[in-house]
Amino acid sequence: MNGRILTYEEKDTWIHRLSGVSKLIFFMAWSITSMMTYDTRVLVVMLILSLVIFKVSRTEWRQISAVFKLITVFMLINLIAIFLFSPNQGTKIYGTETVLYHLFGNYAITTEQLFYEFNIMIKYFTIVPAVLMFLATTNPSEFAASLNRVGVSYNVGYALAIALRYVPDVQDDFHQIKNAQEARGIEMSRKASLMDRIKNVAAIIFPLIFSSMERIDVVSSAMELRGFGKNKKRTWYSGKALQRNDYLVIIGATVFMIVGLVITYYDGNRFYNPFL
Amino acid sequence: MKKLGIKEVVAIGIGTALFIVLTEVQVPIGIPNTALQPRAALLAFMAAVFGPIVGGAIGLIGHALGDAVFYGSVWWSWVFPEAVLGIIVGVFAKKYAIKEGGFDKKAAVLFNVVQVIGNAVAWILVAPVLDILVYAEPANKVFIQGFFAFLGNIIITAILGTLIAFGYTKIGAKSSSLKKED
Amino acid sequence: MKPIIEFKDFSFKYRSQVEPTLRDINLAIYPGEKVLIIGPSGSGKSTLANCLNGLVPFSYPGDITGTLEIDGVNPKKLGIFGMSKKVGTVLQDTDGQFIGLTVAEDIAFVLENDQVPQDKMFDKVGEIAELVDVATLLHHAPTALSGGQKQRVSMAGVMIDDVDILLFDEPLANLDPATGKRAIDLIDRIQKQKNTTIVIIEHRLEDALYRDIDRVVVVGDGRIVADTTPDKLLAGSLLKEQGIREPLYITALKYAGCEVTPESHPQHISSMNLQPYVDKVQRWYREKTFQKVENRQEAILEVKHLSFGYEDGDPVLKNIHFTVQKGEMISIVGKNGAGKTTLSNLICGFAKPNEGSISFHGEDIADWSIKERGEKIGLVMQNPNQMISKPMIFEEVALGLAVRGVSEDEINERVNATLKICGLYPFRNWPVSALSFGQKKRVTIASILVMNPEVLILDEPTAGQDYRHYTEIMEFLKEINRDYGITIVMITHDMHLMLEYTDRTIVIADGEMLAIDEPARILTNKQITDKAYLKRTSLYDLAIACEIPDATAFAAYFIDYERAMGGEG
Repeated sequence: MNGRILTYEEKDTWIHRLSGVSKLIFFMAWSITSMMTYDTRVLVVMLILSLVIFKVSRTEWRQISAVFKLITVFMLINLIAIFLFSPNQGTKIYGTETVLYHLFGNYAITTEQLFYEFNIMIKYFTIVPAVLMFLATTNPSEFAASLNRVGVSYNVGYALAIALRYVPDVQDDFHQIKNAQEARGIEMSRKASLMDRIKNVAAIIFPLIFSSMERIDVVSSAMELRGFGKNKKRTWYSGKALQRNDYLVIIGATVFMIVGLVITYYDGNRFYNPFL
Repeated sequence: MKKLGIKEVVAIGIGTALFIVLTEVQVPIGIPNTALQPRAALLAFMAAVFGPIVGGAIGLIGHALGDAVFYGSVWWSWVFPEAVLGIIVGVFAKKYAIKEGGFDKKAAVLFNVVQVIGNAVAWILVAPVLDILVYAEPANKVFIQGFFAFLGNIIITAILGTLIAFGYTKIGAKSSSLKKED
Repeated sequence: MKPIIEFKDFSFKYRSQVEPTLRDINLAIYPGEKVLIIGPSGSGKSTLANCLNGLVPFSYPGDITGTLEIDGVNPKKLGIFGMSKKVGTVLQDTDGQFIGLTVAEDIAFVLENDQVPQDKMFDKVGEIAELVDVATLLHHAPTALSGGQKQRVSMAGVMIDDVDILLFDEPLANLDPATGKRAIDLIDRIQKQKNTTIVIIEHRLEDALYRDIDRVVVVGDGRIVADTTPDKLLAGSLLKEQGIREPLYITALKYAGCEVTPESHPQHISSMNLQPYVDKVQRWYREKTFQKVENRQEAILEVKHLSFGYEDGDPVLKNIHFTVQKGEMISIVGKNGAGKTTLSNLICGFAKPNEGSISFHGEDIADWSIKERGEKIGLVMQNPNQMISKPMIFEEVALGLAVRGVSEDEINERVNATLKICGLYPFRNWPVSALSFGQKKRVTIASILVMNPEVLILDEPTAGQDYRHYTEIMEFLKEINRDYGITIVMITHDMHLMLEYTDRTIVIADGEMLAIDEPARILTNKQITDKAYLKRTSLYDLAIACEIPDATAFAAYFIDYERAMGGEG
């Protein structure tokens, strides 16, 4: 029904074969590095590497094109907003001011601002391929299993599995309810007063939430009747033992993070400054 | 911390699924790119029914996964505040007594005071600070952004969240005083 | 032999209720027996089931007096997990029971919780999947399965534990007739292969009796009112008294004035000794007088060459073409997933057809919005909980008018009038949550009726309802059809419903329209019933066995006769 949402697609590449936990560790290390660093050199390397990973995982453009467009729009708005709020943020960070073009009042385009915003942009973008790759190549059940394997309580893993299991069901319910309510004349996006709009949303969300609350009862009974939570541990049908490649990825990701952060903070500052 | 029961595990799972699905639902308020998010009301409601662990987990997993599947990215600086919000609202779960049918005016006032405080901590404090620390974004921008998120969330939660809580508490309430009328 | 389940002077009262739900239950079930528990809604049969699997008292606390022993042990001592080793429960809600992300994982769920090593799980899951015939589906997600397949997965999921007792809670409620038949067949096969004790809770008696049952326990008002063999039960008058529907051929025999005896083995029409009854049935049939069916000739809804698919080259509906006449009651039937719901979605405008058109009173409605269509063609969803969005009944019914800006006086007037039609007026100031499922259904019908639609489309109006509620809802629909001229379209897989309450039936199978005809003709046509996963009515078998050549006319006469009896039958 909904083509926009990103989901796992079964394929046979070495990335697909990796354990979900190795991919999570990679994803975390990657996220942390990209969050901590503002070093352009590290960011550019990460961007190039993401594109390589992307290629290797054989993720197809059609899987991600819609999402990609959305991010680009969001990025543009964000970059413009930053400029409007603080046109001199670049100068503040890098300590110099090279005016390229004076607009009006306080607003001038400076090389420093452009460079700063360029850094923000790639900082955001480096995380995108990692997310897409993670979602598209990780089998959710295997992921829940592998979380448990590395010491996370199986309750947490299973909560996650249930979330992914019931997203399509809840989504179907939502569309059905929305349609039926629309047929009664309740529409969500009309030029009504704000209060009326919220009331209309309520008319759709109420049945959805209340039937979901019933579902929580049914699913917990079903799980209880089948022995969930009986023992301190459980095994997993879709579990996978860590392979050589998993260790390589985990070690690689950790080393990459350390090296990236060392390079970044080597001069006591997270910014790489080409203006000095 | 209390051990998670089966019901809590399922509540996290299905609550998260709801949160993700509701990411799609936005109530436009007339300002471009700004909309009220009913999922914020859902989070407050779930936290108020099931407590801080469920609330925090739905906020954390729901926001991260919702971002990921719909926008292909995860803005961690806005994920953590969502979890903080779920935890704060959930701390007083027993006091609202929604499931037991005891959500009255007094409980509604408490629920709203707590949700306003929670939203303030989350969006005026945690989110902007993380944005500054992580992305070095300009302080004035992120605080204004945070303030609008705060405003939007307290409005939608005050109206929608309170309505859901009242509606749900009626299901739990005893209906012995009902009489047929002619 | 020692019973595997034994209730002795057992009573149970839920903590939240004043009156006990079960009273003085004395019941013994022996290993390897196959027992059917029937009773109307609210009779306590579900509570009885919950006592067997341990949900009572562990999840639903309350007061117990008397004793219950399962396999010689008090369930209280075993705890809910211990009970799950002895009793496997297949819930009515197959979506709720399907917890795993794939078929294989769901089947393995119990083993996972028991910490069975992975390679052993693979073997066992493969083996059991073979038994219930889902081996080719192991890696499918639940969304890719039909209702029947989900149910088989649920069965596999509890059987994998080698339980001694299998408990089925209304296994037929969400299945089309042919799939239901297959489920009963499978249960029978499992019982024979594994000698498991089987307890089935169901109110669709005729379908449940498709395979041999050792005993039937009838529950009424919290007590056991009968514990007998199917043959004896069918011969007596207890079913009628308890508001449980008899198999149609039994009803027909009784109409014909036959005294059905247990000795004629009435459990299955195919093996029943009809010798003593043939004369009476033939005489009854010869006396037939058909009521004149008025021929309606004013088209209200025309569906013309409609095709639809979510993706190119994968059509859900192909060239659907039919006309609904004004004022008729018509049913749309076909197996689960055949495209019935998609068809109603297209009519209501939730989806746009790829080809073809839909006309209302001769006008093409392609450009009508969902809301505009909703004013003429009202849709009532299967689950009332998915429609009700206001806590109070009056507000709920008023909602559609309120959002259209109708004045308050008019709202009051129209809502009150509609509530009176629907028999809900005395409850107008009640919260919806205080109503029963059937009453909630009425609220949703009222909330649509209040907008004065000319056509009402109902998706499975009677799913999960016992005979009394079924009759109540259907008689009510008949009334609004007759008294207010509202055209009624029902999507259903209840064959009784189509036979008794609709003038014509549209049959859809695999996205194509197979037939549009009188229900009696369709349900006696083997070719159509097979293809559409329907079940040929037992009236056909009765007619053939009594050497009545025109089985269709026989079925039609039965329906006429029954309608003339005023739904008392």
